[in-house]
Amino acid sequence: MLIYILRRIASAVSVVIVTLVASFGLFFVAPTDPAGTICGQRCTPERYADISASLNLDEPVVQQVGEYLKGLAVGRTYHSGGLTIECDAPCLGYSYTLGQPVTKLIGQALPVTVSIVLGGAVVYLIAGILGGIIAARRRGTYLDRLMVGTSLGINAVPYFVVALLVSLYVTFLPHAGYHPLLENPLTWATGLLAAWLTLGLANAASYTRYARASMIETLGEDYIRTARAKGISERRVVYRHGLRAAITPIATIFGLDLAFQLTGAIFTEAMFGLPGLGVLTLRAFNQYDLPVLMGGVLIGSVVLVAMNLLVDILYTILDPRVRLG
Amino acid sequence: MTEPQLLSTPNRRPETVSRARRVTGDRTEGQSYLEVTDLTVTFPTADGLVQAVQGLSYSLPLGRTLAVVGESGSGKSVSSMAIMGLHDRRSTRMTGSITVGGEEIVGMPPAELRKRRGANAAMIFQDPQSSLHPYFTVGDQIIEAYRAHHRVSKRVARDRAVDMLGRVGIPNPRRRLDDYPHQFSGGMRQRAMIAMALVNDPKLLIADEPTTALDVTVQAQILDLIMELQQDFGSAVLFITHDLGVVAEIADDVLVMYGGRGVEYGRAESILGRPLHPYTWGLLESIPAVSGEPARLHPIPGTPPSLLALPSGCSFHPRCEFAGRVPGAACSVELPDLVSRTDDTTRTARCHLSDPAGIFATDILPRLP
Repeated sequence: MLIYILRRIASAVSVVIVTLVASFGLFFVAPTDPAGTICGQRCTPERYADISASLNLDEPVVQQVGEYLKGLAVGRTYHSGGLTIECDAPCLGYSYTLGQPVTKLIGQALPVTVSIVLGGAVVYLIAGILGGIIAARRRGTYLDRLMVGTSLGINAVPYFVVALLVSLYVTFLPHAGYHPLLENPLTWATGLLAAWLTLGLANAASYTRYARASMIETLGEDYIRTARAKGISERRVVYRHGLRAAITPIATIFGLDLAFQLTGAIFTEAMFGLPGLGVLTLRAFNQYDLPVLMGGVLIGSVVLVAMNLLVDILYTILDPRVRLG
Repeated sequence: MTEPQLLSTPNRRPETVSRARRVTGDRTEGQSYLEVTDLTVTFPTADGLVQAVQGLSYSLPLGRTLAVVGESGSGKSVSSMAIMGLHDRRSTRMTGSITVGGEEIVGMPPAELRKRRGANAAMIFQDPQSSLHPYFTVGDQIIEAYRAHHRVSKRVARDRAVDMLGRVGIPNPRRRLDDYPHQFSGGMRQRAMIAMALVNDPKLLIADEPTTALDVTVQAQILDLIMELQQDFGSAVLFITHDLGVVAEIADDVLVMYGGRGVEYGRAESILGRPLHPYTWGLLESIPAVSGEPARLHPIPGTPPSLLALPSGCSFHPRCEFAGRVPGAACSVELPDLVSRTDDTTRTARCHLSDPAGIFATDILPRLP
């Protein structure tokens, strides 16, 4: 098990490095001009060269990649117009446009996104799984058909449309905004409530169907009949014996959904004006802010491989028959 | 666990007692623990009414084993599920009477049914691989079964589970209790199922083809175990099978079912030795011989009838090679009653043939290996 995890972490690190190098290369090859953007409209060639040099943009791409990776591992030093700036490891560089360390920018944005995504996940997991169980137990009834139909309807519409509609109707909620959890948990929660409900409702539709399908399959299993034959309550049959087995495939989907949302809750963030990772990366993309963009790519790839690993480890906990190695 | 109501409850007899019951009802020693009387189980479906069990009657006293024999779809499993009250009430119609320990099961409120399920009557199933929950330990599942009917601490229930695992012959039960089902072999899983079924000391054990999914060598061990535990617990055993070899080994009484109805009922030795129904003959002829000359098998021609549209008259007549020997077209018109056909009143058969014993002796016996 431990050897398996170490091996997976090693392969995860190489996946992240390859992703970083590839993104770096693609961005470099693309027709972008970050120095020109920073320099502005009244740019002189001298100033342009100075900016290029301070951002190391005048170096060959291979060297830039090397310095970026070195900065990640041991930190690096920037020289800009006679100034020397130390950037400690893990150094993600400085934002071209905001002039701040990328680690700081991400450090501010990441908690916002994590708050939105995890809060939303609580909403859609509870609503979706309970909805799925209710539909599965009343399979074939009008309630079941209504729930499946509604779920399909919500999923048929693009997420941003659903999100926009929900945001139109949740105006009775407190004004959306991000307040750090540690400062005031109450304002943290009220500020994010609208985003949670939006993300939660749209995803609850899918999870209702996942849970329903998984539950119907499980409730048809022989061991459910055995459980009933013991004389335990139907509630216990469904929520202990049924849910315990039905949850495993849902956990897999959830792990990957979570990774996807952590890197791309961009509609939700943009709509409610929450300064999360998605908004940060989008802005960086529009302004050719390579270091910030690379930071986003780094976080995204780390989250994705980490969630994949977590799902696999979770499987050994959920299903005693699975042994990794 | 004692059953005080067992001896004091009078023998319930609803209005519609079939003739079979009148013939066989009084032959059993003492009071029967399980009484099935004119049971009908139907499932309304989109395609029509599935007549899974019709007019089924039998009785089973404590300490005896009744084997219910028949093909798939003969209603043998459905009737046993009915005894456990395991059918979905929304999709099942049931009439007639089932009494377990003198208590009527048909129409009993679900909560009452649940209290008795697993306590008075317990069930073991065909495939122990799929019948045990893969995500809970064996001990967890046995403890849950015990605590469903006994208000005891986890520790007490655990000791009871260890005790039961030991009794069904699992070595080192205290350690194996924390194993998951997949860590058990097939035979051990079925032993664990039996331990779970018997943990509440039920008076009735229903075994639904408990050896079908097991290796032949393990089958014999499980059969021995069930018989041994029946002796120890003094319980009644309802054994569902399609294997006449198993029947010969374990059964005191036999009920042969076809198309949802009982077609032959009596003591095991007389049914296996001198069967009176052409369907039972067919079952006997279908058994391959292990020794002697390799001979052609004699499968019963045709397929089991659809429970949506049973054949008219005797359900077996389209597959019966002796239907022509009955005068007129009685077999395809009139459903024969399950009544005594010979001097032996302890056994009944549902057949129009006037001399089934004679036909068996002259036509069937020479063909048997």
